[in-house]
Amino acid sequence: MTMGTTNLAAAAPEIFLLAMVCAILVVDLFLDDERRHWSYGLTLLALAGTALIALSAGPGTRHAFNAMFVDDAMARVLKVFVCISVAAMLIYGRTYCRERGLFRGELFVLSLTATLGMMVMISASHFLTLYLGLELMSLSLYSMVALSRDSAMATEAAMKYFVLGALASGMLLYGLSMIYGATGGHGGPPTLQIAEVAARVLSNQANQTLLIFGLVFVVAGVGFKLGAVPFHMWVPDVYQGAPTAITLLIGSAPELAAFAFVLRILVQALGAHPLLIEWQQMLILLAVLSMAVGNVTAIAQSNIKRMLAYSTISHMGFMLLGIVSGSLNGYGAAMFYMVTYVLTVSGAFAMIILLSRGGFEADSLDDFKGLNQRSPWYAFLMLLIMFSLAGVPPVVGFYAKLSVFQAVMAAGMTWLVVVAVLFSLIGAFYYLRVVKLMYFDDPQDSVPLAPTADVRALLTINGVAVLVLGLLPGGLMDLCQRAIQNSL
Amino acid sequence: MLLGLPLLSLAIWVPIAAGLAVLATSSDRTADNARWLALIGAALGFVVTLPLYAGFDPQAHGMQFQEAASWIPRFHINYHLGIDGVSLLLILLNSFTTILVVIAGWQVIQTRVSQYMAAFLVLSGVMNGVFSALDGALFYVFFEATLIPMFIIIGVWGGKNRVYAAVKFFLYTLLGSLLTLVALIYLYNAADGSFALLDWYKLHIGMTEQVLVFLALMAAFAVKVPMWPVHTWLPDAHVEAPTGGSVVLAAVMLKLGGYGFIRLSLPIVPDASHALAGFVIALSLIAVVYIGLVALVQTDMKKLIAYSSIAHMGFVTMGVFLFNGMGLEGAVLQMISHGFVSGALFLCVGVLYDRMHTHVLAEFGGVVNTMPVFASFFMLFAMANAGLPGTTGFVGEFLVTLGAMQVNFWYAALAATSLVFGAAYTLWMYKRVVFGAVANDHVAQLRDINLREVLFLALLAAVVLGMGIWPQPMSVVLHTSVNDLLAHVAQSKL
Repeated sequence: MTMGTTNLAAAAPEIFLLAMVCAILVVDLFLDDERRHWSYGLTLLALAGTALIALSAGPGTRHAFNAMFVDDAMARVLKVFVCISVAAMLIYGRTYCRERGLFRGELFVLSLTATLGMMVMISASHFLTLYLGLELMSLSLYSMVALSRDSAMATEAAMKYFVLGALASGMLLYGLSMIYGATGGHGGPPTLQIAEVAARVLSNQANQTLLIFGLVFVVAGVGFKLGAVPFHMWVPDVYQGAPTAITLLIGSAPELAAFAFVLRILVQALGAHPLLIEWQQMLILLAVLSMAVGNVTAIAQSNIKRMLAYSTISHMGFMLLGIVSGSLNGYGAAMFYMVTYVLTVSGAFAMIILLSRGGFEADSLDDFKGLNQRSPWYAFLMLLIMFSLAGVPPVVGFYAKLSVFQAVMAAGMTWLVVVAVLFSLIGAFYYLRVVKLMYFDDPQDSVPLAPTADVRALLTINGVAVLVLGLLPGGLMDLCQRAIQNSL
Repeated sequence: MLLGLPLLSLAIWVPIAAGLAVLATSSDRTADNARWLALIGAALGFVVTLPLYAGFDPQAHGMQFQEAASWIPRFHINYHLGIDGVSLLLILLNSFTTILVVIAGWQVIQTRVSQYMAAFLVLSGVMNGVFSALDGALFYVFFEATLIPMFIIIGVWGGKNRVYAAVKFFLYTLLGSLLTLVALIYLYNAADGSFALLDWYKLHIGMTEQVLVFLALMAAFAVKVPMWPVHTWLPDAHVEAPTGGSVVLAAVMLKLGGYGFIRLSLPIVPDASHALAGFVIALSLIAVVYIGLVALVQTDMKKLIAYSSIAHMGFVTMGVFLFNGMGLEGAVLQMISHGFVSGALFLCVGVLYDRMHTHVLAEFGGVVNTMPVFASFFMLFAMANAGLPGTTGFVGEFLVTLGAMQVNFWYAALAATSLVFGAAYTLWMYKRVVFGAVANDHVAQLRDINLREVLFLALLAAVVLGMGIWPQPMSVVLHTSVNDLLAHVAQSKL
């Protein structure tokens, strides 16, 4: 490929972020704990700046670094949401981290490098770039889970996360190497550039057997990263073991990156016809299993972080349905699903953070008992969030499910929609239980929640957005759909 | 459109806005504010629906008071409202009931008053939305959104077993409506990307698809009605719900199901409706006969009225699927009548419950000695429930039975047993509660109803009698809508 000129402007947000990471790394060295909020402020500033730079880029698609890196509409939208989501995590987790001694330079730097990794993943147009971003993100997240050194649970979680994550990366790499091999031959030297791989697949020049073998491993790697069944084992342990603020990070922004990852590998590179059918079948299996295992197992949980972990697994199943449909419509629906899911789940974890006080976690379901009597407003916000996760109108989760179901139905897989609908009914039960605890039970603790002003404002915006986007979902839907249409 | 105002939007959003205002401005310390604000909101909500009746043209075909605006352009979902005679009556019923509920909860509800009032106001607005939506997605959103406030109402202010009842209510209805969602998406795709009900009316689809769509739609509506055998959630919900919850549930919420059959099932899949009419009528007759018998043996007043509701709603589903003018008109009148009568009965039980904190029949007896005024009101509503001529209860059942007679003698014969059973269980209940010697000290200490209670019971009594004697104002707005619907359903869409 000859779009060789290095066009640094395409990577401007990443470059800015990297520069800020270096700056914060240095600045933080000279701050004592009293003035740690300077690096906190700088981190937020870095995220805001990155998002602004991503926003300010004009329309169209630009490549950089020998077409290893792409800046397209989808990348810009996702990057902005990633920045917002990471910033929200830092704001939600500020008091929490301070109380647990996690409010250190490492937190800021690692969350920024994780963000950088996600952004690279999102913008990758070459398998190596994709892998590079994935590892940058994953390694940052592994160490963030272990950030509270003295907690045995956190360390165990980090270990599990790391070992299973490394295994997944290995699988992915193995699969990619097979695809690399398969693309060589008549059409020219083997390649890892996504558009070129797509061209080889389309023209049937690639070795089909090898390609399909590679595809299996790639899907397994993708499944690990998404936390889809049967590759989900790490999700509950990591969600529960990690400090809640870190769980919030793991459960939100990386899902957006993972979505881009799925789209770049499966749709952009391997989306041509014979392969499409192959991975559709695999994803149907992953999706159905995820919805089944996630929703059913979540019922049995008494720890809300663990419950949300299983809920994440089931939501990945629903999101995969959009990809399974194999249409632009479906990809747009999946993207909308992911964005709204991240919005909703951030609010849910923020509530758990809010409930914990004085260094104690409040992550058991019983901690939500009687919240309506303690703080009606936060109970109401949590109610909106729970109904959104359950997919009950008029909150936004319903439209996410609606658009995904519509795409699957248009692809002629009505039975799959019926299955999904039945599992979302099962899922409704455990979200309802949270509402039941908050509204129907008596509180164990009568102290009202007293968040700081910034958290109060952000959580209110977050919860109300779930409702407002439910009443007027059109704009965000269009945004996602246009981003997909302009990028694929 | 009268005065150029978007009346239907007002009917939906005035109560919702009032509910949010109540929620935002009051806490338990200022409970009286919440009550008055809620009353004003409910009254205002009713007032804005009156011009709908005044401005409704009974001769006009098609939907009236239409409003349309683009809502979700990506899926061509529109905020499209419009009503015919059927929706008009249900909207009036709903808005009227909301006032009653607010008054009924005035003293009884002492905890989280603002949340209670807000839940009912929001629910009222949302149900007006169901009755006026002309867009499939909009209909579904409103239809589902009713679940959340009712779930909270049962769960927070309900009786001992409220959590079980609330969760059962929610999951049962959600199961039905999720299958409906599948049908709606199917219709959307079949109509080349349109959610407009009026487009779906013109849609030609094959018989297999029609039957599947019919069954999927029926899943939601049958649970809501509720039809035998998916009725089991209703007695639980009624027994545990606070009085206001029971009233709204029986008076309005059950009608969502009957309305759904009329607005969606019949016109969209007429051939499947015809083909499966026998099935639906069989289920309806089981409800009328079997549930009537079940009601006879209940020991709890609320449960008894709940079962009686199911039996009465059996008339509705049967009338809808008779495909003749009398049946359909009777079904709609039965819905309205049942709304007033069952609401009134639940209010009466509520009056007793507020004093005795029980609705077990055995705890009562001889109430007439201590509460004569109440006993006379209760008598009227019990008679109406039994279908006494001269009350609203008679009109609907009579019309449906006549309609059934035109189709099949045995349908009518079985339906007519309801007149026997209905009289038996209602009057027996009335006898055990009201007549006889004073049963115990609690009954001896009962005080008769106060002015507030007289107010809402008298309002209802006036409606029940008035419309029973002179149902013309209701049936006049129905004629054209019912005939148009029957003409539409008579055409095959295969």
